Order: sequence, then C-alpha cells, then structure tokens
Amino acid sequence: MRKLLLLVLLVSVTMITYAGGYRVSVQGQRAIAMGHTGVAVVNSAELVFFNPAGLVYLENELNVSVGASAVFTDVIFQNEELGIFTETDNSVGTPLNIYASYQVNNWMSVGLGVYTPYGSEVTWPTDWAGSQLVNNIDLAAIYIQPVVSFKLSDHFSIGGGPIYVTGSVNFNRNASRTTTDIEGVRSNITIDDSGVSNWGWSIGAMFNPTNNFRLGFSYRSEIILESDGGEAVFANFPNSTGVPANGTTTFNAELPLPAELTVGLSYEYEKWIFALDYNRQYWDVYESLDINFGNGRNSINPRNYKNSSVYRFGVQYEATDKITLRAGYYRDETPVQPGFFAPETPRNDSDGFTGGVSFTVTSKLAIDASFFYLRFEEIDASYDFGTSSTGGTETFGGTYKSSAFAPGLGLTYKL
Amino acid sequence: MIRKNIKYLAILALGLVACEPEFDNPIDEAGTYTSGEADFSNFVALGNSLTAGFADGALYITGQENSYPNILSQQFAFAGGGEFTQPLMADNVGGFSNDPVNFPPRFVLVFDADANPVGPATFTGAAPSTDFTTNLGSSFNNMGVPGAKSYHLAAPGYGNAAGVSAGLANPYYARFASSATSTVIEDAVAQNPTFFSLWIGNNDILSYATSGGVGMDHNVTGEQNPQNYGPNDITNSTTFAGVYSQLINGLTANGAKGVVLNLPSVTSLPFFTTVPYAPLSPLDSSFGPQIPTLNGVYSQLNIAFTFLDVPERSIEFSTTAASAVVIKDESLADITDNLSMILAGTFGSLAPVIAAQFGQVRQATAEDLLVLSSSRVIGQLNADRVAELTMLGLPQEMAAQFSVTGVSLPLEDQYVLIPQEQTAIENARMAFNATISGLAIANGLAFYDVASVLEQASNEGIPINGGAITSTFVSGGGFSLDGVHPTPRANALVTNGVLDAIQATYGSVLPRVDPADYGTVTLSNEVN
Repeated sequence: MRKLLLLVLLVSVTMITYAGGYRVSVQGQRAIAMGHTGVAVVNSAELVFFNPAGLVYLENELNVSVGASAVFTDVIFQNEELGIFTETDNSVGTPLNIYASYQVNNWMSVGLGVYTPYGSEVTWPTDWAGSQLVNNIDLAAIYIQPVVSFKLSDHFSIGGGPIYVTGSVNFNRNASRTTTDIEGVRSNITIDDSGVSNWGWSIGAMFNPTNNFRLGFSYRSEIILESDGGEAVFANFPNSTGVPANGTTTFNAELPLPAELTVGLSYEYEKWIFALDYNRQYWDVYESLDINFGNGRNSINPRNYKNSSVYRFGVQYEATDKITLRAGYYRDETPVQPGFFAPETPRNDSDGFTGGVSFTVTSKLAIDASFFYLRFEEIDASYDFGTSSTGGTETFGGTYKSSAFAPGLGLTYKL
Repeated sequence: MIRKNIKYLAILALGLVACEPEFDNPIDEAGTYTSGEADFSNFVALGNSLTAGFADGALYITGQENSYPNILSQQFAFAGGGEFTQPLMADNVGGFSNDPVNFPPRFVLVFDADANPVGPATFTGAAPSTDFTTNLGSSFNNMGVPGAKSYHLAAPGYGNAAGVSAGLANPYYARFASSATSTVIEDAVAQNPTFFSLWIGNNDILSYATSGGVGMDHNVTGEQNPQNYGPNDITNSTTFAGVYSQLINGLTANGAKGVVLNLPSVTSLPFFTTVPYAPLSPLDSSFGPQIPTLNGVYSQLNIAFTFLDVPERSIEFSTTAASAVVIKDESLADITDNLSMILAGTFGSLAPVIAAQFGQVRQATAEDLLVLSSSRVIGQLNADRVAELTMLGLPQEMAAQFSVTGVSLPLEDQYVLIPQEQTAIENARMAFNATISGLAIANGLAFYDVASVLEQASNEGIPINGGAITSTFVSGGGFSLDGVHPTPRANALVTNGVLDAIQATYGSVLPRVDPADYGTVTLSNEVN
C-alpha cells in the first residue's frame, strides 16, 4: 500500500477538466459507470471518497479499489465575425484513484484514499486569439485522505477524516493582446508552482431504513491552495523600463477548491441497484484569480463563479455470477456566469452518459471497466473583464463547444 | 473472449472519433464567407508607404506584416484569396545599410527609470541590414513604395538603384523593380491581378506639408509636367487626374475589380497637431527669467511696427501664461528696409542685421501649425546663427541673445504651416479626392472614404474593444512614432473599412478583424 501511494505521488498526474469549473468527476470506476453516483451505494472501497460512513457496511474485511481513466478532451472555439476557428490540443489525462478499507471490528472500519477531484489541463495553440487570457494551463490537486467509519446501528453510521491536499499549477498566457518585443514576439508570463499543500476534511452519514434502501450524506470541506513564492517567468518583453523586466520572479496566488455537499439514495431490487445523487458545489468562493508578482505587478482576474448543482442517476444489473453491468446519466450545471466565460475553463452545462462492466475473476478479484462521454452544450459566451494594454476593460468571446470521452479500467480486491 | 475484447476496443475507437465536438454552424464550412462578384485569387496592392506598411519612420518586417493589404489578404483567404507576398525587409530595425543617414532605423518609445514615457527615439539596438541594391524580383503582391507620389508609379527608372543616391530613384522600389527602366504600374499589371487596391496621392500633398510648405504649389504655378517638380511641391490636380486615370485604366484592363481609397487630411496628423503654437512657458527656468529682457528688446521693435502701420506684428511674452513662438511668415510684406531705418536710432550700424531678421515676422496664432520636428529646435540656441551674427559684427553675447529659435530667432518656414499653406494643401486634396471618387464610380470600383475615418479619430476618437483610437501622438493608438504613418491598429481599422466598401460594391461577405488585436507603438530603451 505504501509503495502504491508513493507511486501515485511520484507519477506526474495530468488532470483534465470535464465537469463544471475545474471539478473532475472520476473518483472510482464503478461509480463512473453509474453516473458517478455513490453516496448511498455500498459496493466497494470507493466509498472512501463517496461516503466514508458506508465503509463499515462492506461485507469483507479488506477492500481495495484501484483505477485509472484515459481522458480525451477537446474544446473548439469559433467567432464568425472575426473568422476565428481554434481547437485545443490537450494531452490525454490519466487520473488515478486508490482506495482501501479495513474492518477493524464489527462497528468500526478505517480506510485510506488517494484521488484527484480537482484539476484542469487546457492547451490552446500558442498566441491564439484568446492568448491574453490563456495559452495553456495545467492544474492538479491530489487528495490524500485517511477515514474512519463507525456503525452506530444496522440502520445508521457515520464516517469522515482529514484531507491532505498537494497541488501544482503551470499557467502561461500573453501579457496582452499586443505587447511584443522589437522582433514582434509576443510577451508572455508563465507561473509555475508545485507542492502547494493544505488541509481539509470530509464527513459522511448513512441511514438504512430497510435492508434494501439506503440514504447517504457527505460533505467535503473547502480547501484554499495558497501558492506563496512560486516561480513566475516573464519572457519576450521589450527591453524597456515601461514594462516588466524579462526573467524569473516570484508570485503569490490563491486557488480555492470548493466545498461539495452530496445527498442521495439507493434502492436494491433483486439483481438491480438504482442510485440517485445530488451534488451541490460551493463555487461562489471563487471570486477572483489574483496573482501578485514579486516584481510589483499584479494580475486581477474576476471569476465570480456561482454555486452549482449536479444531478446524477445510476443503475447496476447483475447479469450473471461473473458479469455486472452498469449505466448512468448526469446533468452538470456550470458555475460560470455570463460575461465570465474564460477559455482557461471553457465549460458550459453538460450531459454525461456513462456505462461499464465488472468481470469477477475470482471471488476476491474483479476487473472494472467504465467509460463516460460528456457533452457540453454549444454556447455563445464571452469574458468581459479582460484588461487592455491601455488599462481599459476588453471583451473576448465567441462560440465554444467541448466534449470529453474517457474509458477507464480498475481492479477491486476483497478479502 | 479475446475476440470479444477486440470488438469492444473497436467500439471504443469509434467512440473516440464520434465524440469530437462539432459546431451547429461551423464557419470553416463552405458558404459562410463568399467573395461575391470579386475574385481575390490574385490580389495586388498599389500605393505608397501606407500600402507598404511603413511605420515609426521606417520600413521593417513586423510593420509590413501589419500593412493594411496584408491584413486584408488574410481576410480574402476566407473566400478564395491566394498567397500574398511582400518584399520584406531584412530585419525589424528598418533603414538601409547602404544609406543609414537618409534612411535611418525606426523610432521606438523610450521610458525613464520611473516607467514614465520620455518620447520617441531612433532604435540603436542593431544596425540596418537591408541593402537596397539587392533585388528580390518583381513579382510581389504588395507593390507599395514608401515615398511614392501619384506620378512616380508611372515613372520609368523610379526603381533604378543607381539613381538612388542622386535622388532620382526610390530605394524601396529598387528592391523589387523588374528593371532599371520599369514602372511600378507595369510591374503590377504584369502580375495579372484579379483584384487590386490603390491608395496613392498622399505624398502629392504630404511632403509639402511636412516640409512646412517650403515647396511650390503647382496648382498656382500651373506647371503640369512632374519632371519639373521638386520633392516638396504640390502636384497639379490636372496632372494627378491624368496619372490616376492611367493607373486605373492599367489595372482594370484585364477586367480586374478593385478598391480605391481617398486621401485623409494631412493637417490632422499628429505630426502637425502635437506641438502647440504657444509652447513657451514662463515656468521654464531657461525662458521665464529672460522674459523682461526679451520684452524690453521687443518693445523697441513693436514701436517700429506701430510706426510702420503693422502693429499686429507686435511681439510680447506673457509672464503668467504660455506664449506663442515667433515665426517667419513669408506671406507678410517684407518691411526690412523701413525697419532698418527706424532701428538705426537704437541699434546703430547693426540695425540692418536686426531688421533683416524681423522683416517678415509675427507671433504664431492658433491657426498656424508647427511641425513635429520643431519641438527639437524651439527654445534652443542656434549655434550657426550665433556664428553668422558674430560675423556680421554683433558682439558674442548679443548674437546669442538673437539666436534662440522661436524666441528671438524666428522659426523658419520649414517648421510652420501658415494658414495660406494649409489652404493650398486642402484645396489640392479636395481636387484629388474628387478625381478618386469620380473614377471609382465611373469604373464601378469599391471606394473607401478613409478621410472621414481620420476625421473621426482626430475629433471624438473611434471606440474599439477595450478603449478608443485617437490621433493623439504616442498615446492615441492610431499613429506610429513618426506622427504621420498609422499603427498596425489603425491599419486594422482601415482593413475593416475597406472590407465594408468591398461588401457594398461586390457583395463579398468576409470576416472583419478586431483592431484591439493589433499593436500600436513599440517600447525599447535600446537607443544608446
């Protein structure tokens, strides 16, 4: 386990946004297949993330779930008036998750999870039409969480634990629409920081009114990642005292990882499980991305996100002794308000379609496969709070459309 | 089992392809943009520095890349436009390696240590590396030749590199002229353009204006043969009409369509509006303390002016407000002789020298325009004049007293456009513009009234995304650091106007550009 954990920390994990904002819904292969529901589903160690309170109802003493997805995302942008058509060139993201739980006695279980609920990678062609807002961005946050779960009765349990987050950011954009050096090369700024850490917590509760009906609740706290003294590189500025000097300086910035509340239910009927989840994501904490540079310059970028909701539905069917089939759907609302649609997180309301299968190899080991296809609605949107080179407020917009497709594979081990 | 897996893999792969996002109305699909009745497959641009992409007092690569025809060609590419080639300079320094004195590098904007703008200065970060005797071949889509007047486009030998040093030929055209005797229009027509742009005639009045009206106005002299013209003269409007008609006939001979642009007012350029007529502040430590002495001397002259019935020529500097500069107005009656006799009582044998300096002099008024280059001499001691006056017998100290430019030494003609000169320029421009719009209508060409756009820029400004474009020097965004030539941003604005004109005439539907995406002036402190 220790080895695995180290491996995860050392692997350079590339994250992709494929939910509203920079929330990433890939926290378990079985859950993904069921529309990423799970607050009231007692199925595997994925509960460490979805609802630690449920761990104590798992039948086996040791449960391990490991999974990874390959995420292909694509964002296209066009502006008919200006004849602009652009497409992102994002690399394939491979988010991982590892969960384990151990039943200490019949009223307490402990668990550990490593997962990546927030991240974003968007790569536009360098110097594209919106390059004053972003050329490329790569955000990643790895959550490491020990949990403990207590069974208060057969009907009720609680659980929770602290969360340790370590995050990284790499963000490049041009200084303005027009600033160049004498040769016409666009002036740009890169900020880079890693190992930015902080603490948070989560708590969950599960209520089982009957043998086949469960209700779940879970809450994950907000965590603010504060980058203090990260590296900022100013490049290709003209040789002038009127602009920042080229070279490396520091930067300070804060990026909030919003709190999330989930309530849901599941109902088991013969070989079927039906699940419904509702997520509330408290994005209103993301008011502005303010970057203060060591050379005295500042970059203020209003975001003004609003709280948003996700509605999830999933179903599981045990087809044979060996094969379990899953499917799901969810509706994910964007936290981005009109006029604040920045191409660094170009996400609109979306519909997610999911499916998957588990193949039981032995009584202890199962292979879980999942996929999801996320379709973002086409939207005419703009970011109206850009700062022009003369200090005015400028706008950048057009039509955005994006999608994500992710096949995933995992293992579930029970003992 | 394996076979089954392969099937699943295939489905996955298909899924990947099917999941690519696609717009409901993608603009890269045929039909979004159309060329209308025009054919943009071979677009050739004709004109002067405004077509070439000249800016900041020089021609250099990024300026050329932001020339209005080059931006236009990128929009034409959405509806059948072909490749657009330009005779690119060798660097982003500008100027010519083999004549850096007459063709110096570009201006850049200098900032001081407190990050405040100081002003334009010549870039010295690198030496010019373009040699105008290197001929690049004659086939370029951008045939703009900086400095060209209307008749130059039809003048054989205008591209003869051997004639450059004698001032008989143009080094920019020499770089791509097909021969030592070719003309710009022949070389353009030889390319068989399907579409052309023509913006010419600006220099037919501009060089007269930037030289402060030292040249001749051939609408007054009646001279119609351009071979008898000096470099700073105003072209006769009949000559202009003849040449313009010849150019249009040549370009449309094979049925090509095109767009023509008229001539904006030159006197609204920052080159003429930046230096105020009354720049002499009493707060200036080198001028303020001198005011009583100066007024004392001028009071002697003013008595003479009154006596000679020209009291309006009286000169006096205010101790509380900025004063107008003293200028030579060649339209005034020359009163040197009479002045000399009157001043004899005060200045004795030196009277003729003093009188000669003030025979056609007055203080400037709001109607006079001072050229940008005057800012470098106003209030400065003219050492040449000091030497001259000393030779003529003035004591050294007195010679210096009468040699402060614009204060005690009148600003010469070349620094001032007096109202009569402005009228000559404006009359010629009106006549040229009547020719341009008339020929555009007669030939069914698209016509863009760029003159009205400059007027708007110099009055209320033109709103753009994130600000406005005005013709204020340095900060307005419309004009480069030479005060005459447009910035890339202004070229973008011109491109949009040209596209409007083309759409109105030929029904071509093309995307516009966002002027905010185009730069203004370049900063650099590499100026020695």
